[in-house]
Amino acid sequence: MTERTAQSDLLYSETEDDLRAAVRSLLTDRAGHQELLGRIESDSPYVPGLWKALAGDMGAAGLLVPEKLGGQGASHREAAVVLEELGRAVTPAPYLTSAVVATETLLALAGESTPAAELLSGLASGRTVAVLAVPLSASPYAEPSERSTASTVTGVADAGAADVLLVSRADGLYAVPAGEATVEPQIPLDLTRPLARVTTEAGSGTLLAGPDAAAAAIRRGLLAGAGLLASEQLGLAEWCLEETVRHTRERHQFNRPVGSFQALKHRMAQLWLDVVGARAAARAAADALATGSPDAPLTVAVAQAYCSKVAVRAAEECVQLHGGIGMTWEHPAHIALKRAKSDQLALGSAGRHQDAIAALVDLPAPA
Amino acid sequence: MTDAEELRSLTRQLLADHPPATTDRTDFLRARFDAGLAWVHYPVGLGGLDAPRALQAVVDTELAAAGAPDNDPRRIGIGLGMAAPTLLAYGSDEVKRRFLRPLWVGEEVWCQLFSEPGAGSDLAALGTRAVRDGGDWVVDGQKVWTSSAHVARWAILIARTDPDVPKHRGITYFVCDMTDPGVEVRPLRQITGEAEFNEVFLTGVRIPDAHRLGETGDGWRVAQTTLMNERVSIGGARIPREGGMIGKAATTWRERPELRTHDLHRRLLDLWVDAEVARLTGERLRQQLVAGQPGPEGSAMKLGFARLNQAISGLEVELLGEEGLLYGEWEMRRPELVDFTGRDAGYRYLRSKGNSIEGGTTEVLLNIVAERVLGLPSEPRNDKDVAWKDLSR
Ligand SMILES: Cc1cc2nc3c(=O)[nH]c(=O)nc-3n(C[C@H](O)[C@H](O)[C@H](O)COP(=O)(O)OP(=O)(O)OC[C@H]3O[C@@H](n4cnc5c(N)ncnc54)[C@H](O)[C@@H]3O)c2cc1C
Repeated sequence: MTERTAQSDLLYSETEDDLRAAVRSLLTDRAGHQELLGRIESDSPYVPGLWKALAGDMGAAGLLVPEKLGGQGASHREAAVVLEELGRAVTPAPYLTSAVVATETLLALAGESTPAAELLSGLASGRTVAVLAVPLSASPYAEPSERSTASTVTGVADAGAADVLLVSRADGLYAVPAGEATVEPQIPLDLTRPLARVTTEAGSGTLLAGPDAAAAAIRRGLLAGAGLLASEQLGLAEWCLEETVRHTRERHQFNRPVGSFQALKHRMAQLWLDVVGARAAARAAADALATGSPDAPLTVAVAQAYCSKVAVRAAEECVQLHGGIGMTWEHPAHIALKRAKSDQLALGSAGRHQDAIAALVDLPAPA
Repeated sequence: MTDAEELRSLTRQLLADHPPATTDRTDFLRARFDAGLAWVHYPVGLGGLDAPRALQAVVDTELAAAGAPDNDPRRIGIGLGMAAPTLLAYGSDEVKRRFLRPLWVGEEVWCQLFSEPGAGSDLAALGTRAVRDGGDWVVDGQKVWTSSAHVARWAILIARTDPDVPKHRGITYFVCDMTDPGVEVRPLRQITGEAEFNEVFLTGVRIPDAHRLGETGDGWRVAQTTLMNERVSIGGARIPREGGMIGKAATTWRERPELRTHDLHRRLLDLWVDAEVARLTGERLRQQLVAGQPGPEGSAMKLGFARLNQAISGLEVELLGEEGLLYGEWEMRRPELVDFTGRDAGYRYLRSKGNSIEGGTTEVLLNIVAERVLGLPSEPRNDKDVAWKDLSR
C-alpha cells in the first residue's frame, strides 16, 4: 500500500489499471452489447455465469470488505474502476446494489452485529447477493422518518436477483431471505437494471440493528452508492462519446464524413470536456470515500450533481448524432440512454445533491 | 539529480543569506534566480537545477512559509508563460543568458506581437514583413490587440520572411526590442473602458539576426511552442476551492440575503458545481504532469475557464439587481496588470468576454480538441498549397 497524502489522488494506480483491463475483457467476452440486446426482454437480463466470474472468481464483490471479513481489503477507488467498466458496457449486474450499497450498509454494522458480519462474508465472496429494500431513487439525505418502512417497497433495483433483502422497519434493519419475501417485477425504464415491488411480512427475517444504527448505516450505504454511481455514469458517458466519434467518422453524407462538419465536431469536443470533468469529479468522490475524508459528503454530492448530467447529455447526443440508426432497437445507443436517464434519478437526483451542497458550503436558499 | 531534501536545504540557505525581512525585493529575486530556485526544472545557470518540475512545490512552500517575496506572475504573465519556454527551447546560449533572468525577476516585461488586423485565428496568414539587411532584419507591418505593449521592454514577434511559399512555411520568429525607434504603441480602448491592449506599428524596425529564434522560415513551428504554453498558462493556475470568480459570487450570496431568489440559487449552485469540477480537473492535470503522463486535459482548462468566468460574472451582475445596473468607472486608463477578477461585477462581466477570444478563440480550440484529441476529420482546406502572396485577402 503506498503512502497516501492529504491531497486526494485523482489518477489511476497500476493495480487499478490491471483490474480495469480484467473486467473489461470479461465483459467484452461475455456481456457485449449484442448479447445484452438479445436478453433485455427475457425474464432476466442478467447474463448467466457473469456474476460468478466477476464477483466470485475475480473477487470484485469483496473489494470494499476487509480481509478479516472475507473480502479483498481494497477500497472505493478499485470498486469505482469496476463500476466504470460496468457503466461502459451497461452491464446488468447487481454490483452497485449488492457489492456497494448493501455491502457498505452492512459494513457500518459489522462491528457490533454478528449476523451482519456473517452476511458480509457471503456478499464478499459473491455467493450471496443482498439488496437494500429501498426505491432506487432513495436519496442519502432523506430522514429515516421519510424513508419507507411500509411492508411493501416499490422500485427496488435488482431485488429479483437478491438472495437476501435488507428491510428497514420502525424497530430496525432486518435481513429477510428472498424466499420469505414477495418480489414482483415492475417494468423498468432501464431494462438493464430490473426493478421490483418487494413485500415482506412484519417479524420476518433476522434483526441486524436497532433504528438509530440502522438509519446511520443506510445513510452510509446510500452515500457510498451515490459516490460510486458517478463512476458508472463516467464509464457510460465515455462509451457514448467514443461510439459517436467512431460512427461520425465513418458515416458519409454530402460527400463528407459527417464528423467533419464543424457543428458536430464542436458538440463532440464539448462532450469530451464534460467527460474530462466527470472523470475528475468521479475520481475525487471515490478517493474521498476510500480515505474516509471528512470532505466525502461534499465530494460525493459534487460528483453526483455533475456526472448524472454529463451521462444523460452524452447518451442523448449519442442517439442524436447517430441519426435514424440511433432510434432503432438494434443499436445499443438506447440501452445507454435508458441507463443514463434512470441513473439521473438513482440515489438522489442532481437537485437533491445540489441542495446538500448548498447546506454544506453555506449557500442557503432564499428565505 | 537534485532531490527534495537538497532543494529544501538550498532554499534555507538562500533564506539565511538573504533574509526576506531585510533584503530588497528585487535583490532577493535575483539571488533566488542565481541559486537555481526560480524554476527548478530549468538548466543550471538559467534559474534552475535540472530538477524534476514537481519539486518546485518544495521550494515554493519553504519560501511562502518564510514570507519571501514572489515574482508576481500576474504582472509578467506573457514573459513567464509564453516567452520563457520558447526562449529556452529555441534561443542561443547567449540569448537565454541575456533574457531569462530579468524576465523572471520581472525587471523586464514582455508582450506578444502575433495578431494582426488581417490575421487573428488564421495567425499564419500574417503579413508583417521582415527583410534581411546585412546582420539585421528590417521589419515593417502592424500588430493589434497587443496586451501590455505599453509597459513591455521586449516582444516575441512573428513576421513573414518569404511570401512566395505557402503561409505556414515563410514565417520567422524574433525577439523585438520595444524601445527601437521604429516601434510605435497606440492604446486601443476596450469594452471595459480601459486600454489593456494596443495597436503596434512597426516601421523599419531593425532586429539583429542574433535575436532570431529557430531557423529562418521555421517560425510557425517555434510559435507552436508559445501557443501551447499560452493555453496551459491561461487557466492553469492552482486554485483553492472557491478560488477565482466563483468565490466572489458566493461571498455576495452569503453577505446579501436580500438579493436571493430561487432562480438565482439554482444557477449559482450549478456554477458552483462546475467551478469545483473545473478545479478538480486542473488538479488532475497537475497530478498527471507530475506523474509524467501529460494528458490532453490541458486544452480543457482554457476552454472551461472562459465559459465559467463568463457565466459566473454574468450571474453576478444579475444577482446584484439594481446595483448591477451601475458600473465602477469608464475612465480610459492603461493598466499595468491584466486582471480578470479585479474591480466590480460589471467589469468582470465585460472583461471575461475576452477569455473566449484571447489566446485562441473557443471555436478554434474546440476544432483542435475535435481533430487532435478525438481524431475527427479536419475541415476542407483551400490554402495549403498556395503561396502566401497568392491567397485572397
Ligand atoms: C483581451 C485580448 C487580449 C489579446 N492579447 C493579445 C496579445 O497580447 N498578443 C496578440 O498577438 N494577440 C492578442 N489578442 C488577439 C487574439 O489572439 C485574437 O483576437 C484571436 O486569436 C482571434 O482572432 P480575431 O480577433 O482576428 O478573430 P477572427 O479570427 O476574425 O474570428 C472571428 C470569429 O470567427 C470565429 N472563427 C475564426 N476561425 C474559425 C474557424 N476556423 N472555425 C470556427 N470559427 C472560427 C472566431 O472564433 C470568432 O468567433 C488578444 C485578444 C483579446 C480579446
